[in-house]
Amino acid sequence: DIDGVGHKYHLDLVLEDDLDKDSTVNCTAEVLYHLGNKNIAPDVQFTIEGELKNTDEADNIFYNRIKSLETELVAENIPDSHGNVSPEMEPIRLLAWVASGYVIWQNSTENTKFQLAQIKHVKQVKRSDEYLEFDYMILLHEMVSQEIIPWQMTVLWHPQHGVQVTQDSRQPKHAAE
Amino acid sequence: DQVLHIVPETFQQVQHLQHLCSTLLLDLWKPQLLEDIWAGEDLHIRVPAPLVQEVTDSLDQHIISYKALIPELQELVGQSMRRERSSHRQVPEGYDYTQYHPMEEIYQWMTQIQKSNSELVTQHYLGKTIENRTMYYLQISQPSNKTKKIIWMDCGIHAREWISPAFCQWFVKEILQNYKSDPKISRFLQNLDLYILPVLNIDGYIYSWEKDRLWRKNRSPHMNGTCYGTDLNRNFNSSWGSIGVSYNCSSEIFCGFGPESEPETRAVAQFIERKKSDILCYLTIHSYGQYILTPYGSTTKPPSNSEELMHVAEKAAAALMGKYGTSYEVGSTSLILYSNSGSSRDWAHMIGIPFSYTFELRDKGTHGFVLPPDQIQPTCEETM
Repeated sequence: DIDGVGHKYHLDLVLEDDLDKDSTVNCTAEVLYHLGNKNIAPDVQFTIEGELKNTDEADNIFYNRIKSLETELVAENIPDSHGNVSPEMEPIRLLAWVASGYVIWQNSTENTKFQLAQIKHVKQVKRSDEYLEFDYMILLHEMVSQEIIPWQMTVLWHPQHGVQVTQDSRQPKHAAE
Repeated sequence: DQVLHIVPETFQQVQHLQHLCSTLLLDLWKPQLLEDIWAGEDLHIRVPAPLVQEVTDSLDQHIISYKALIPELQELVGQSMRRERSSHRQVPEGYDYTQYHPMEEIYQWMTQIQKSNSELVTQHYLGKTIENRTMYYLQISQPSNKTKKIIWMDCGIHAREWISPAFCQWFVKEILQNYKSDPKISRFLQNLDLYILPVLNIDGYIYSWEKDRLWRKNRSPHMNGTCYGTDLNRNFNSSWGSIGVSYNCSSEIFCGFGPESEPETRAVAQFIERKKSDILCYLTIHSYGQYILTPYGSTTKPPSNSEELMHVAEKAAAALMGKYGTSYEVGSTSLILYSNSGSSRDWAHMIGIPFSYTFELRDKGTHGFVLPPDQIQPTCEETM
């Protein structure tokens, strides 16, 4: 408890590589939830012990594949109702996972627990520069209220420059139907 | 299944169609309500496979023309997702327990399971859902002259938690395949009866297959059909409506207009109330989160047998982890998850059932409700 400021949490955690379960990295973090104003994202400071795996090869393969598409990528329901994701869509899902992490961070309080539930819709937006741009409509599941919240997010990505969410907005409940 | 496209030409045809749809409980896709069927307007109805013949005969008799809009609905829905299956899917010998099954197939499975294991299994009527579907439970009971204590397990109280009914089916299969050869299971059955309800929220489950994969509640209509669904796990008479609920119908945790307001809740509650002196353990299966939850959700005050409850749960979690290393957190809902009232597990304990647990199966959020089928087997094996 920090009087007049908010609640600070110290965390010791282990990061696990989603694609290589044996690969783990220790991490410490400090999270500060601000008092009162719920519109400010919690402050996060962290240190990672060691290095994260290099993903250049896979990144470049994905990048080149999308760059060479004749028509813009469009897809729906990732995963599908049964939980299946086609191999071609797996990077699209991972990108949404990362980007949704940003959206979740920006909208979290001590009383929320968000998870990405599903990508309802994704559309590639053509760009003249080297970045890839995707317009996502995702569904976030909030554990306490059990609500499914549609959220629009515009995601920029480049193998060397990483992920950026340039625009995001919460949608009304029926937006995803 | 087929989706038929019909344009009724006269008022008499409209009347006949309304009658047909309501008596056979056909699924109206367009319009949504019987009263909105008009002459000259498009009508789309989904007809379940077993009724196609009857419906088309009736239409022919009344000289109503129709077209198959989506002739092979089941195929279309399953196309991109499922592998080829044998034509004997309904027969347990050919039943694929590593895939998710729609409600019709689960009904057929229950009938088959009883038929092929009639010395041990009986199917019983429990009640009806709000949309008038029949709820059945399976009783697995070894004939004996002593009265046995009961373990009750229900799955699928929340529509979108597909791994839950999949687990109930798996569980039944495992017991029936191994009760003769596995000494643990055979000893179990000498002393205990198992009552399994594979899908509690049948209407919701069907809705999650056909309309909205992430639907949670049942399908009871409120406010003149402008708002649907009560959260069945907030509808039981355990500190009902006090905490962790919403009184707003459009919320996912709407607790209903009163405790046990929903027919599904009443069907389960009435049965368990009647048998409560013989019920040793109440289990309710959910996803996701990987928890074994003990009472209560409505208060942090521990239940009277808290130590024993925790001890058993911790042993279960350890055994579970021993299989594939999956970690489950153990504790009371109000302490490790969130506060809620009206849950079935709390109610079961409050009426005197000593061991009452909620299982939240895999995973921890990576896939959440949409757990891929290749995780059905490991999830079920470890939970077994």
